[in-house]
Amino acid sequence: MLRSVLFAVLAAAAGTALAQGAIKIAILGPMAFVQGENHWAGAEMARDEINQAGGISVGGKKMQIELLRIDTNEIQSVPDATNAMERAVSRDKADFLIGGFRSEAVIAMQEIAMDYKKIFLGAGAAHSKLGINVEQNYDRYKYWFRLAPTKDVDLAKTVFTILASVAAQIRKDMNKPAPKVAILAEKAVWTEALVAAAQKNLPAMKMEVVGTWQPSATATDVTAELSAIERAGADIVFTILSGPVGISVGRQMGERSMKAIAFGINVEAQKDGFWQASAGKANYVATLDTYSEVEVTPKTVPFVKAFKARYNKSPTYNAASYDGIMILKAAIESVGSMDADKIVTYIENNVHVGTAGTDTFDKRHDLVWAPGKTTGIGVQWQNGEKVPFWPPQIKGMKSFKLPGH
Amino acid sequence: MFEDILVTGLINGGVYALLAVGFSLVFGVARIVNIAHTAFYMLAAYCFYALLVKAHFGFALAGLTAVVAVVALSVLSYKLVIEPVREHESAVLIATIALALIFQELMLFSFGGNFLGIPSTLEGTVTVIGVKIAYQRLLILAVAALMLGATWALLYRTRLGLAIRATANDLEVANLMGMNVQRVAMATVAISVALAAIAGVVVAPVFVVDPFMWLSPLVTMLAIVVLGGLGSMKGSLIGAFIIGYVEAITVFALPQGSFLKGAVALSIMVIVLLVRPEGLFGVSFEEER
Repeated sequence: MLRSVLFAVLAAAAGTALAQGAIKIAILGPMAFVQGENHWAGAEMARDEINQAGGISVGGKKMQIELLRIDTNEIQSVPDATNAMERAVSRDKADFLIGGFRSEAVIAMQEIAMDYKKIFLGAGAAHSKLGINVEQNYDRYKYWFRLAPTKDVDLAKTVFTILASVAAQIRKDMNKPAPKVAILAEKAVWTEALVAAAQKNLPAMKMEVVGTWQPSATATDVTAELSAIERAGADIVFTILSGPVGISVGRQMGERSMKAIAFGINVEAQKDGFWQASAGKANYVATLDTYSEVEVTPKTVPFVKAFKARYNKSPTYNAASYDGIMILKAAIESVGSMDADKIVTYIENNVHVGTAGTDTFDKRHDLVWAPGKTTGIGVQWQNGEKVPFWPPQIKGMKSFKLPGH
Repeated sequence: MFEDILVTGLINGGVYALLAVGFSLVFGVARIVNIAHTAFYMLAAYCFYALLVKAHFGFALAGLTAVVAVVALSVLSYKLVIEPVREHESAVLIATIALALIFQELMLFSFGGNFLGIPSTLEGTVTVIGVKIAYQRLLILAVAALMLGATWALLYRTRLGLAIRATANDLEVANLMGMNVQRVAMATVAISVALAAIAGVVVAPVFVVDPFMWLSPLVTMLAIVVLGGLGSMKGSLIGAFIIGYVEAITVFALPQGSFLKGAVALSIMVIVLLVRPEGLFGVSFEEER
């Protein structure tokens, strides 16, 4: 009995000692899902790299990084996410916060972080509201920065830019001056602006919109939609999908041997597991993505290779948690303390060359949109490989392929 | 477009029929509203995935093992969870909801939240009246027809079927006549879950396997059984094809409203509950039962 009590006291003392000598960074994400796995994996890589090199110098004193794995379960429950955030700050005493995925959850999580004046680096949510908060009430929301992805409006700019290049290839290779486009968007708040923008902009981009189909984000069967799209003679299926319907679209287009090419946002197609999930049927499906073995920055290829070697899979954009920790390291070492206000000023006024892009932040603490720097890349599934094809000027890009060419 | 609706509605209706008939059967016989019915469908899909993709069993062996394992689990669940509270319908309802959520969380814990794919049993497509159909979907339709036929034969051509029908007709009289109604109820649960598990195995190669895949068909299935008349198998069969066609018409007639197909099915359920609570075929089939 006495020995047990002694062990407990020693363990508690050791824990306190560790906490006092460590910088606590909470990694918040849906840990049972790919997004959370990548938040955590990116953070682990940064932690190990920094700790093995001696840690972070805080005013001359070396401190190790201690990661806190916080499961927000936000895909299933927004209240779970806010509870997790509250716990990370108040009970686990996190010094910094990184992660988040689902915009509805992150908007709520942002409030808690700002209440405690904790720096919260977002690595998943795209909703503009998160940045608008900073612009409208700087003193309260200045502790928020969005690392990945770019905000929803900028995602649209990127996706239309890539779509223009896909259409150009169709005009050239298939001799179709005005490619026909079917808009296939899941019914969700985040897709509304994109659908409206596509319906308005595509005719101006010399593309003919043959229709808009809006299945549920969780639809498992889209054969009826695809049948109608085939009958409409579409050359491009412009996808705006984040849910599992993205897998159904890829697989069922392959099963039907459709001649149309799918390009747009397809979050499921960004994952390595997409090829398996679509039973190897989703050839030619293309999507906006973040990481590949191309030189977006000098750090990208080494990071992607190391990530693949360690986790046996490619990183998704949520692994930008790595960049978040590196930014914090640079900021803490530069200002010589963990003072949140000083760190905010440092992040605002410096350029950060990360693995996902070269980041500078605007007055909303959103990434400044710059093709090839913060926009991410275009990738296409070709025979089981996720092949990067856009922006073409980046070293390592390959050709975009059309079915039957 | 008419041809598309005809073929799509028929195939969707076949899948729904496999689920709804089993659900209706167990309610008709044992008065058990088994909310976990589609969770067994989800478990069968996972089991099939694990055996086929991970353990490299063949299609037939993986499918058969998955169905047998899930049926065995359903019998165990019946004995441990449902039977002790069977006399209280609301308790059964809550217990089966809990069971479904436990299965969901177990799959989430075991396989993560990733979406999984299963290779098609049959590759390729065929064009029927101008509509392209994957062979796998035709297989689903064929299996649905075969299983529904087998269920009918079991109910009307065997002693077990006679016992099931007698219990469905009047549980108390069947009990007084010396029939082991508990065992009949358990056999009915096993048959009904077998239909759901077979649906899971044949449908899994077409859909995506994930821990939440039981929720959407549950809602549709409830709409079907209310439409057809709760407890009426023939009503469920007809209701399944009606809902299958309503969904197909929704997608083809309202492309931008294709996400509404579930809402349309539920609206039908609400209208039927308001206008004819016993369901479209409830009265006539009630007598038949």
